[in-house]
Amino acid sequence: MGNRCDTRARLLQGNESCAEAALLAGVRFFAGYPITPSSEIAEILSERLPQLGGKFIQMEDEIASMAAVVGASLAGMKAMTATSGPGFSLKQENLGFASFTEVPCVIVNVQRTGPSTGLPTSPGQGDLMQARWGTHGDHPVVALYPSSVSETFDLTVKAVNIAERLRVPVILLMDEVIAHMRERVIVPCEDEIEIAWRPRPTVPPEEYQPYAAGPDGVPAMADFGTGYRWHLTGLYHDVTGFPTSAPAKVDQLVRRLCGKITNHKRDITFTWDEHMDDAKVAVVACGIVARSARRAVRLAREKGIAAGLFQPKTIWPFPDEQVAEIAARVDRIIVPEMNMGQLVGEVERAARGKCEVVGHSRVDGEPITPEEILARLEEV
Amino acid sequence: MARSIDEYLRTQFMPHIWCPGCGHGIILNALLRAIARLDLPKDQVCVVSGIGCASRAPGYLDFNTLHTTHGRAIAFATGIKLANPDLHVIVVTGDGDGAAIGGNHLIHAARRNMGVTTIMFNNSIYGMTSGQYSPLTPSGRLATTAPYGNVERNFDMCELVKASGANYVARATVAHARQLSTYIERAITIPGFAFVEAVGNCPTYFGRRNKLGGPVEMVETLKKNSITAAAAAKLDPAEVQGKIIIGEFYRGDAPGYIELYDGVIERAKEAAGK
Repeated sequence: MGNRCDTRARLLQGNESCAEAALLAGVRFFAGYPITPSSEIAEILSERLPQLGGKFIQMEDEIASMAAVVGASLAGMKAMTATSGPGFSLKQENLGFASFTEVPCVIVNVQRTGPSTGLPTSPGQGDLMQARWGTHGDHPVVALYPSSVSETFDLTVKAVNIAERLRVPVILLMDEVIAHMRERVIVPCEDEIEIAWRPRPTVPPEEYQPYAAGPDGVPAMADFGTGYRWHLTGLYHDVTGFPTSAPAKVDQLVRRLCGKITNHKRDITFTWDEHMDDAKVAVVACGIVARSARRAVRLAREKGIAAGLFQPKTIWPFPDEQVAEIAARVDRIIVPEMNMGQLVGEVERAARGKCEVVGHSRVDGEPITPEEILARLEEV
Repeated sequence: MARSIDEYLRTQFMPHIWCPGCGHGIILNALLRAIARLDLPKDQVCVVSGIGCASRAPGYLDFNTLHTTHGRAIAFATGIKLANPDLHVIVVTGDGDGAAIGGNHLIHAARRNMGVTTIMFNNSIYGMTSGQYSPLTPSGRLATTAPYGNVERNFDMCELVKASGANYVARATVAHARQLSTYIERAITIPGFAFVEAVGNCPTYFGRRNKLGGPVEMVETLKKNSITAAAAAKLDPAEVQGKIIIGEFYRGDAPGYIELYDGVIERAKEAAGK
């Protein structure tokens, strides 16, 4: 590995942090398409991957790059792509295929202000719901959301590991501000982090059933070309991998796929909180907004307001249990976000009316400031 | 003596879903005979498809098989080939899947000279969705979405793929099964991108609506309407109009992408070592 342990503290850009973490986690394939503000990830990996014997390809479009990622993963390489809003929309078709056929992969979406071409170089948080429901049909997906360059490193490693362990597409949602910000990162050595691989078959090829899963719901995956000849299809399929439309088998598959996430929810839910022990008003925020919220909460505390911060680093599955617990003991939750109100809907759902939930939207392409959040905290 | 093609079939799924008289079986047979002659180990063959009648073929084949999304087979195949260059990656696609929705992927795989063999099953129609016109439906023909006759011009896929930079381009019809199989065999062995257009017949949705007769009559028409590339070259363009030109259109030896990228890896490792 290129990460030398004698120079571990590094000044990295968010996108650079993501690329380096992916390499450390074992990603050896990247297919992408140029798009602001994520292009640095592709640029860095085009240089770094071949140094490690990996492969980089710039495909003809976003759809093709997602397809190539799934193909490479199927043939045994840990695979990733990176994009932004408009490209993320195009990736949804094959992201759904990966989710349904259970091919591990990581999709980085460095969000910008949407919709459409929007503000290509400005931050926005409008893709929270697209990350969850962007592709059609019920499907499992995991989305992680860092609030700093250092967290980007940590969560990128986790994204690769979760994708492999659960055989699910994992989306890393990033904010443009973090992608282009430079901060200190303590880069761990390879032996200091956990590196996961997809579960492998323990039976000989003639006994292999590609979609037969144990109690945890994750079937063993054989890479193409290793002697296990199997069939993948985007049609409903049974444990053998071949198409079926038998209602009982269809029901079984979709429930197992979604159950894979709920079964492992505890292991894949990462959160951060500050001053929550005696808080009467909580701020729930993610990404760059959590940074402003942290400062706002500290300023509020100086003014004697019992404010606290709860930051979901795992956005999907949504940390319902933690939010419900908070709602039961605070008077009010404030949800600042750089969209017209996506996170606030989830918070309201999880709070179940146990406290007041107030949204705060900023949609002008500028980040939410600590002062804005402080003003809302002072409103009580 | 060549191997029997039976060992390549997942016979437990027979009968297949194709209509009686469909030419797809002949194309699949030609592909399997080519693989048998080449004696490729089953574990080293990967067949990838998109969506449509032709794209249902991989399900019947005892290889590493992947039935993907509409038009995207070549892009998936690109990822597979890059991750494991030892695999013989073969894409089966139809005229809708490969020439319409997947057209751009085809052009760019040919331009990159990616080590993928593509067989296009051209039956001139969208069969799976019951008979809409495709980019390969000849002008004037009827389809469910061209009730007054198709006003669009049909693509010459071999010209397109050749111009895009593939190392091998050929066309045959289901009336020329042995020739078709020979072309497929060459397409699999040649490094870089290789393309074979297999012109077939769809009696159910193309033949019936256009009153082209039953399956046998349609195959006979294909035979009668075909002309070799060599013979076509000696005729006036007007005389070739409406004919199916069959033969090998291009055999090149430009370096393939996989080979070129191996050079990138070498240079990158050298640069990193400095």
